[in-house]
Amino acid sequence: MQFFGGSEISPSPPTLTVSGNNAHMMYVFNRNGVCLLYREWNRPLHTLNAQQDHKLMFGLLFSLKSLTAKMDPTSAERGNLGVPQLPGQGCSFHSFRTNTYKLSFMESPSGIKIILITHPKTGDLRESLKHIYNLYVEYVMKNPLYTPGTPIRSDLFNTTLDQYVRSIA
Amino acid sequence: MAAICSLYIINKSGGLIYYKDYGSGGRMDTNDSLRVASLWHSMHAISQQLSPTTGCYGIELLEADTFDLHCFQSLTGTKFFVVCEPGTQQMESLLKVIYELYTDYVLKNPFYEMEMPIRCELFDINLSQVVQKDRVVLLGR
Repeated sequence: MQFFGGSEISPSPPTLTVSGNNAHMMYVFNRNGVCLLYREWNRPLHTLNAQQDHKLMFGLLFSLKSLTAKMDPTSAERGNLGVPQLPGQGCSFHSFRTNTYKLSFMESPSGIKIILITHPKTGDLRESLKHIYNLYVEYVMKNPLYTPGTPIRSDLFNTTLDQYVRSIA
Repeated sequence: MAAICSLYIINKSGGLIYYKDYGSGGRMDTNDSLRVASLWHSMHAISQQLSPTTGCYGIELLEADTFDLHCFQSLTGTKFFVVCEPGTQQMESLLKVIYELYTDYVLKNPFYEMEMPIRCELFDINLSQVVQKDRVVLLGR
């Protein structure tokens, strides 16, 4: 794990007790914005009800994606702001950090979005998100009883995921 | 090759009051820069709502595929953000220097109206010096 300097104005964020208590929550969305999975490990503050919270999270990612596509300094052709981007199209982002949390984001070519929220001093989690996507493919997509687009209810996936997240963060 | 691509300053209600472009990718047109600024203002506010713990002040660093965006919010709600190359260091300190310039050359200017676009020659001159110096330091390493 890699640590880099935090900001001075922030009040002390939750201290790192033992490794494994570092991830706050995780979201999985499909390309239509349906929340397939929401896992919560450590979240003392709830400002909204669950449904509103998921909507707000999806909206934030959608808008940040169109923002980064528009601001991309390397390409001249950037399209219009607010036009939906296909997965893999335009400049996307992989994480952002505030003084209290770090959000890591991955989008698969089929539009599955995996969001992991951890302690702000967590390092790069891109590889870990890819591994979580592999878990999703193995335990969810290969399950013959799973209907795509419905919330994931698989205990096996949940326990494997919990174990893995405990090991990385 | 410039480390810093652009600088934005937005007032506490999300209006763009200063925009400067240093990159080679071409300047964004005025309407788009205004839209981007107010979009960033709302994303910053939403990120505070989604915090798992109390005391969140919004996004400080956004890491996109081709650039990093560093944001600094002053206590009065004015936000300064720079777009730079991925992995550029010491942007927090640069933003604080820019904030100092803003307080010295903009806020202390008796002809400047609060929350209005910044048109101060001295601010422009000093800002370009700071950015130039920063660029030299980066090239020197």
